[in-house]
Amino acid sequence: MTKAELIERVSEKIQGLTKRQTEVIVNSVFNSIKESLAKGNKIEIRGFGSFRIRQRRQRDGRNPKTGISVSVPAKRVPFFKAGKELKEMVDKKV
Amino acid sequence: MRKMDLANEVFEKTGISKKEASDIVEIILNTVKETLHAGEIVKIAGFGNFVVRSKKLRKGRNPKTGEEIDIAPRRVITFRPSQVFKSYVNQTAVSGTQEGSSQSQSPAA
Repeated sequence: MTKAELIERVSEKIQGLTKRQTEVIVNSVFNSIKESLAKGNKIEIRGFGSFRIRQRRQRDGRNPKTGISVSVPAKRVPFFKAGKELKEMVDKKV
Repeated sequence: MRKMDLANEVFEKTGISKKEASDIVEIILNTVKETLHAGEIVKIAGFGNFVVRSKKLRKGRNPKTGEEIDIAPRRVITFRPSQVFKSYVNQTAVSGTQEGSSQSQSPAA
């Protein structure tokens, strides 16, 4: 399912909103999550999961093609952990 | 930030009522959940992909007793953040320390 399909499915479930309006809302949900994480806040959504930032330390890597070793700088990566309910839902054999 | 805060942001950004905002946030999250439940990947451009992966049966060990046990085959979710999301999180990290080299990161539409 792409974002466009998500917007489609969501707008089918809601009366009184155009697809365009739904799109704006869907975008703002994901943007809010991004902004909040970038500010260093974590997001916890009951039944769905949590988003937080993981710190990666600086490490030595290697260019697999040339074998030259390079230093990979420390960075922050977004991390999602599925909540209990979502985990169980996904694991249910269909 | 919790679901209510998320709904509040939507309310502030879009001007729909608070009640509507929280209903729609709920519907969006549920739609994502249902899709994953059906085993389908969810791809959100500029954000990331939620992928359902199947894990095979493997042997595990109870760390306390050392007893060997089977870990049943199961399906799990992994989230793969998009490049945009990853660099976004790092850009704002360096912007505070003034060392961010202005990378040309025009997110392709």
